[in-house]
Amino acid sequence: MPAPSHLTRAEVEEFGRELDRIRDEVLAGLGEQDARYIRGVIATQRKLEMSGRVLLFASWLPPAWAAGTAALATAKILENMEIGHNVLHGQWDWMRDPKIHSTTWEWDSACPADLWKHSHNFVHHTWTNVLGKDRDIGYSALRISPEQQWHPVYLAQPLYNILLALFFEYGIAIYDLELERIPSGQKSLKEALAQLRAIAGKVQRQIVKDYVAFPLLAGPAFLPVLLGNLTANLARNVWAHTIIFCGHFPEGAEFFTEDRLQDETRGEWYLRQLLGSCNIDGSRLFHIMSGNLSHQIEHHLFPDLPSNRYAEIAPRVRALCERFGLAYTSDSLARQAGSVWKRVLRLALPGPGPQPTAATSPARKLKAVA
Amino acid sequence: MLGKLNHAAQWLSTPLLPEDYLGLLDPLWSAEELRGRVEGVCPETADAATLVIRPSRGWRAHRPGQWVRIGVDIQGRRHWRTYSLSSPPERPDGCFTITVKAIPDGLVSTHLARRTAPGTIVRLAGPEGEFVVPEPPPPRPLFLTAGSGITPVMAILSGLLPGDTAHPTWPPGQEPPDVVLVHSAPTPQDVIFGARLRHLAARSPYLRLHERHTRSAGRLSPADLAGLCPDWAQRSVWACGPAAMLDEVAAHWTGPADRLCVERFRPAVLASGEAGGRVRFTRSGREADAGGATPLLTVGEDAGVLMPSGCRMGICHSCVGRLRSGRVRDLRTGQVHGEAGDLIQTCVSAAAGPIEIEL
Repeated sequence: MPAPSHLTRAEVEEFGRELDRIRDEVLAGLGEQDARYIRGVIATQRKLEMSGRVLLFASWLPPAWAAGTAALATAKILENMEIGHNVLHGQWDWMRDPKIHSTTWEWDSACPADLWKHSHNFVHHTWTNVLGKDRDIGYSALRISPEQQWHPVYLAQPLYNILLALFFEYGIAIYDLELERIPSGQKSLKEALAQLRAIAGKVQRQIVKDYVAFPLLAGPAFLPVLLGNLTANLARNVWAHTIIFCGHFPEGAEFFTEDRLQDETRGEWYLRQLLGSCNIDGSRLFHIMSGNLSHQIEHHLFPDLPSNRYAEIAPRVRALCERFGLAYTSDSLARQAGSVWKRVLRLALPGPGPQPTAATSPARKLKAVA
Repeated sequence: MLGKLNHAAQWLSTPLLPEDYLGLLDPLWSAEELRGRVEGVCPETADAATLVIRPSRGWRAHRPGQWVRIGVDIQGRRHWRTYSLSSPPERPDGCFTITVKAIPDGLVSTHLARRTAPGTIVRLAGPEGEFVVPEPPPPRPLFLTAGSGITPVMAILSGLLPGDTAHPTWPPGQEPPDVVLVHSAPTPQDVIFGARLRHLAARSPYLRLHERHTRSAGRLSPADLAGLCPDWAQRSVWACGPAAMLDEVAAHWTGPADRLCVERFRPAVLASGEAGGRVRFTRSGREADAGGATPLLTVGEDAGVLMPSGCRMGICHSCVGRLRSGRVRDLRTGQVHGEAGDLIQTCVSAAAGPIEIEL
């Protein structure tokens, strides 16, 4: 693969070694405090969820409904993002606690953990932003990169994106089935049906819990509880969609072609992860609520390092990028989300410009910020 | 009833279990994961302490002499070890005790004996082990112990001796017991339960205690033993202590094999410079390069695999995994063995070439 014009191969590898050093340092320092952090987040999330549900039982009082729904939405966001996503990445496997382990964890998402670990941890994190390999580019529904061939179906993609945001967990579950691989025989129908059954089982339990059992327990408050749960689920979906789309699709994130994967070295892999990811600036609370995916760059460089460490290594990664003259894309949530929407709207239409050929593809040019 | 309620409550807690929420109030309410709370820590000697542990529901009473597996979090990481239960079963307060001697460089033993505060939650696995006295007990048992080898025997003694009253009644027709305990420790101060043992021996006509203080008197030899307890070969013997002592006892034992019961508490591992190989843990999808002398248990733990583990010395079989391909080396004997489908003890086996194991 061609190295960025201003970096020699040796420099790319040196960049990789520096990142390895950061990784080794963090791994060597993991201990008591980190364990206390994740146990604290899990306990907080569970207490918040219980408080939210109790408050919703008193939801004939409008403030109780609002507070209960907010608490429940917050709990659901924490559960999916700072806890579920990161535990399933194996970030906490080093603790050897079977209760907080990637092989035993199940989350409050329509997509079963095993299915998601394959499509996300393996497919997306290995082939990040490589067209034709990383299925997360547009989630098979949207045209997110100009290199994706335009089709009239994309004219309505702003609408698809809104629907995807609202029903994100279901969108992800269906998407993770990889249905497009069935006609070609890459995936058997039997396997897909078994996975579909697993999804249906999870969805059934989620629906019974949020839309039948808890509303029934609330008796006269049946409807407010149902609406509170629905609002919390929708809020979680929209939030997760927003954060995740801001990770790889804002202006500045680069896409790559498959030839780039040929003989890719460790340093080059790091480089692709860096250039394909974007950070979101924010407070400590914001980082936690985003599952530390606001540190998308650090997460993609080190997907299995505990998320509570991303904030502390971010300045070092940034300094390293400056030293090597590499782009480190980071901006506020409003700007990043605006940038994503601009892209979704623009690419709903054909273009921009003539379809680039492989040789001049901007995806192959690695932009340098001096 | 409780089971049905729990089942119904799972519809409210999905994808978690009800106890994941209840555990926030009291960690001991867990039924899925056996846990214990350290209620007290009593120093026994300069380097040994007894931990009083209250188990969660689901704990079944042990037989005196058995051991328990205990999972302790140190620096955020869980470590499993086995310790003999030093208390008789069914204490009135519902707790049991383990007595831990801090061994130099022993991460877990040092942590438990010196740095564990009351209130600490530990993970447990039910009592196990064959180092027990049958019912009814043989009339003339001999216990040979050294160092912390006394701990299981302490639990057994309490059941064998009719309390420490001066003149106990004995069921008619039944021979009163004649118990001999020969215990070795470097100095009198190093004898774990020293004061209690001496008190027991002074008050009970049924217990003869011989303390051997090895720093002044040297190690106990089988010849010394014949002097202290001339009929030792006619007795039923329970021996617990360092490997060298146990090997010596076994070598000099002339009685029937089923009357000698031995409990090891240190691994007897051969050093090995042999080549290892790539290990694939099929269930968790992890891979790692393993040295020929590194236990697969350690390899897996370092690779982030949720390895079951226990004694870490090849006796408890808590750590077994099914071999899918390749061969392993037994670190105790150096022997290379294994066929697809074999259950391998990961704590005493190393890779002998590339292997796949279903863990």
